[in-house]
Amino acid sequence: MSLVKRLGLPGTLCLCVVVVFALAAMLAPFVAPYAAQGIGTPNISAKFQPPSAAYWLGTDHLGRDMLSRVIYGARVSMTTGVLIVAVSLLIGLPVGLLAGYFGGWADEGFMRITDIFLAFPALLLAVLMAAALGAGMLNCIISVAVTWWPWYARLARAEVLVLRNQPYVEAARLMGVSPPRILLRHILPAALRPLGVQAALDVGPALLTASALSFLGLGVLPPTADWGQMVDAGRPFFPARWWYAVSPGVAIFLLALAFSVLGDALRATGRRDA
Amino acid sequence: MLEVRGLQVVINSDLQVVRKVDLSVPKGTIHGLIGESGCGKTMTGMAILGLLPKGAGLQAGTFTFEGTDLLSGAATLRGRRIALVSQDPAAALNPVLRVGRQMDDVLRTHSNVAKPARRAQAAALLAATGLPDPDRVLNAYPHQLSGGMQQRVVIAQALATGADFLIADEPTTALDVTVGAQVLALLRRLVAQRGLTILMITHDMDVVAEVCDRASVLYAGITVEEGPTEALLRAPRHPYTKALLAALPDARPKGQRLAALEGAIPPPRQIIQGCAFAPRCPMAMPVCATPPPRRTEGERFWLCHLEARDA
Amino acid sequence: MALARYLLRRLVLSVFVVLGVTMLVFTVAQVVPSDPAALYAGPRPTAALIAKARETLHLDAPLPERFLTFAHAMATADFGVSYKSRRAISQDLAVYLPATLELAIFSTGLALLIGIPSGVIAAARRGGLLDRLGGLSSIVAVAMPTFFLAMLLQGVFCQWLGLLPLSGRIGKEFSVIDPVPFVTGFMLIDTALAARFDAFRDAMAHLILPGLTLAAYPAGVAMRLTRSAMIEILERRHILAARALGLSEARILFGHALPNAVGPALTVIGLSFAYALTGAVLVEIVFAWPGLGRYVSEAILSKDFPVIAAAALVVTLCYVAMNLILDMVQALVDPRVALT
Repeated sequence: MSLVKRLGLPGTLCLCVVVVFALAAMLAPFVAPYAAQGIGTPNISAKFQPPSAAYWLGTDHLGRDMLSRVIYGARVSMTTGVLIVAVSLLIGLPVGLLAGYFGGWADEGFMRITDIFLAFPALLLAVLMAAALGAGMLNCIISVAVTWWPWYARLARAEVLVLRNQPYVEAARLMGVSPPRILLRHILPAALRPLGVQAALDVGPALLTASALSFLGLGVLPPTADWGQMVDAGRPFFPARWWYAVSPGVAIFLLALAFSVLGDALRATGRRDA
Repeated sequence: MLEVRGLQVVINSDLQVVRKVDLSVPKGTIHGLIGESGCGKTMTGMAILGLLPKGAGLQAGTFTFEGTDLLSGAATLRGRRIALVSQDPAAALNPVLRVGRQMDDVLRTHSNVAKPARRAQAAALLAATGLPDPDRVLNAYPHQLSGGMQQRVVIAQALATGADFLIADEPTTALDVTVGAQVLALLRRLVAQRGLTILMITHDMDVVAEVCDRASVLYAGITVEEGPTEALLRAPRHPYTKALLAALPDARPKGQRLAALEGAIPPPRQIIQGCAFAPRCPMAMPVCATPPPRRTEGERFWLCHLEARDA
Repeated sequence: MALARYLLRRLVLSVFVVLGVTMLVFTVAQVVPSDPAALYAGPRPTAALIAKARETLHLDAPLPERFLTFAHAMATADFGVSYKSRRAISQDLAVYLPATLELAIFSTGLALLIGIPSGVIAAARRGGLLDRLGGLSSIVAVAMPTFFLAMLLQGVFCQWLGLLPLSGRIGKEFSVIDPVPFVTGFMLIDTALAARFDAFRDAMAHLILPGLTLAAYPAGVAMRLTRSAMIEILERRHILAARALGLSEARILFGHALPNAVGPALTVIGLSFAYALTGAVLVEIVFAWPGLGRYVSEAILSKDFPVIAAAALVVTLCYVAMNLILDMVQALVDPRVALT
């Protein structure tokens, strides 16, 4: 089956957008027109140039090419977005699997803990954590992941509760297969698919949250290019020098949009297959 | 009052849910519309109400209600002259609105009376359907009422529209037998007291026997037989009517197995050339592959190749 | 009484949640790498000053004891003093909290007002132009970074078109020259109480853009949820029955079908309120809204942890209270909820 048919036209388009951003991020030193400026070297003589043939997206207050900055910013944003989801999944999945499989008081206690985390507005907890840990990409990832893992834990637990009573799992148990083996061989593979789709859907929101933190000055610090921080830096010059804040803002929006539409498309194919 | 000749309903231009329904319902009577599920009874009712689903095409030789052509202006009669008593009253009432509010919405759609007067009207209507404590019912949510009470509320709603023609779609199917009998008695009484006319859609010959003056037998969206109930029950002409009657518990001698029909109704996609019932008919003949003639006898008619005496 | 038992259970659960959140805030405070005593001691701390600060802040007491002190202080609304300004945090909160709540409530209302009717119309005209347009804008609203939207709206409506005020809660003429007395801290209520309708209009004008910014995302969610709920409800038999009784299409949509969608609507209120409370951190910076969000963001920059903790706790309290109220409303509106 062709990709377009599986994902639909919007889904395929969004997959392309994601791939383009990912390639740009990986190959930044080669595709960025002014790689040095992308990393942060100032170029004062050319400050606040409007978009032109030389600078497609204009230049910022230090004369750096916005396109190069946005391309380098994709490195940070892509990595944070994906890593936030990955780390959350890495914490949430085992916790949810174990709680769901073994049940009892451990399950009860774990549910109440997630209750507390979920009772906290997520962004607020992330801000609190990030403020405590200090700025930086790793701290930003940890801060957001701490607020996100309960969602995956709950999702994994719900999957396990269903899968645990499937005939083939029952059969494995009766044949004396050990619980760790049942979890790893029979339950985990089946639970991965819905969790994977959810994870894909969540990269967009993860990216938005991370960019919000960096807008607040809790993300990557300059001179490293980072979209949220660039929007904040360009804000005083908006709307007169609109390109400064708009370029990174549109980049965040596009990537978040692409991930969310792609996730929806993936979920739809999952439903069709089921 | 209602005259239907050759009614046809096609959905998405290939699903023939109603193929050729003839109906003639005189004022002040209860007319049964009987057949297995999927034979187009409910769709016929919806066509009369003007509530066919999207993509449905409607055709008829004659389709009139007291001279008004329903082919064009059905929506104007729905809820004015014609109202529906829906099957499964639990589903037909809005679960999150109190009965009073649901009655009132109907009343204010159809009159300009002030709110307190409407409340009195609603209570009177509920009382007319035999509900003992109308005020309590008006303040209740549907799930707080029993099935029989819910069905009475649904009937009261239909009366609240001021309609004099009710389409009762399986009004007793969701109820247990004794409550169902009470509801049927109520409908009978309403016909006598208020001069209503009722089209009773049912799959149950007992219901027809109990309350209907006349009845039409539908098979695969075609009226195969129509006539006064008594004649229909005593001397059915069409083999399908006979089969339906044979399925009645008290119609068969003790010990005899239920005469279940082999096969199934032709699907709506199938184009029917001859007699629709022929593939399942115990008396089918080669000639049944051609369209059956319309035979009449007094106030009744049927569509069959068999002569009356053979039948 | 099933209803009373249900509500009691929710209440007990909420108490536990608040306790847990307090513990969480305290734990986070413990992992702060910087030394609170050093911050408290002032800009040029000497060893003696730091030692004194450690004593004032009870930093040398054992952990459980410090937690109990902390929890007790929070429970009595004694949030301590800001490390930076040395002002009592509870005094600051009394001014900033109403500002943020006003914004949150206003934007929640806006989200419902935009999202629910458009969801109803999208469901009624499924597949039509309005439905597609609504679906598209809800996707856009969900993917739009809050702070970027705030900036764009401000740029277009204030700086470019000059239609609405740039920032703040109210114009100078009503705050400095001829101030409206502070009663509740809710600008709309205070101006109305003082019968100053020009001031009321001005306060409203200041609310529109930040409110709209915070309403965009929940409105998108509201539209999606309402649409899918309505599509399912419109298939139900009682809707067909209502049509057969001759009720008008508008009454069927808004009077009969929509009340069945109360569940999603309440979900949206909770979500929107939470979103506004936390999004306030971002939006208040852009619109210079003197609320909790700006207070926190300033505290973040100066590592003023007591302020951050107090604000986080207060916001969570509002959030938990809101959810509790929503649970109650849900149980009252749909009497079947409490039975399950």
